Amino acid sequence: MSPRAAWRLESIGFTRVYDYVAGKADWGSAGVPLEGTRDSDTRVGAHLNRDVPTCRLDDRLDSVRACVHTAGWDTCLVVNDEQIVLGRLGRAALTGKDDVTVEEAMSAGPSTVRPSLELDRAVERMRRQDLTTLPVTSSEGRLLGLLERDTAEQALRELNLNSARTLAEGSQS
Amino acid sequence: MPTPIDRDGVQRLLAEGAQLVEVLPQDEYEDEHLPGAINIPLKTLDAERTQRLDCERPVIVYCYDYQ
Repeated sequence: MSPRAAWRLESIGFTRVYDYVAGKADWGSAGVPLEGTRDSDTRVGAHLNRDVPTCRLDDRLDSVRACVHTAGWDTCLVVNDEQIVLGRLGRAALTGKDDVTVEEAMSAGPSTVRPSLELDRAVERMRRQDLTTLPVTSSEGRLLGLLERDTAEQALRELNLNSARTLAEGSQS
Repeated sequence: MPTPIDRDGVQRLLAEGAQLVEVLPQDEYEDEHLPGAINIPLKTLDAERTQRLDCERPVIVYCYDYQ
């Protein structure tokens, strides 16, 4: 649709016309704020924990394990210098005794979601796949944070409660 | 010929004073839009509706995605 709009503008006489073809979906998937009546709390991006432990491919597992446990986590995302998610160390890797490199111990290419995903869909997915956390990345694969299931389920309960209240108030007025 | 642009390019042009136009229908615009965007749905895009735009400044159009 936007290419046709761009050409239409040129036909009207505008000479400096740019077409952001990836559009609103791309903007939202990068975690950049949008405006409008839709409540941003219904999106994954509003409920991220951004203080997530990360490590590099060539780190030693022993040192990563100690840092992660001290910070109170049971998972660690493997990223490169651009913060692109390359892998993940899960509970099994972090409770093992091996002292190998992160690259040898990680699960490569973990599933991720975008911050624009609806929270209810993320929770449904975490329940279905029995996940306690879900990495959230931008459309370029850059780590934005981690969605924790407890936090997401609590937020969803509150959203549903508020929605029910609004409906009830509407029916009374 | 319109110039395709990515997100970084949008942000750079906006900082330079570009105008942002969402061409989706009004209800979709009201639901969510890029900060600072105005709404001129494609079906209504004509010389009269674009009078509010400054033809001396860059104009960036967008919709939802590659549709």
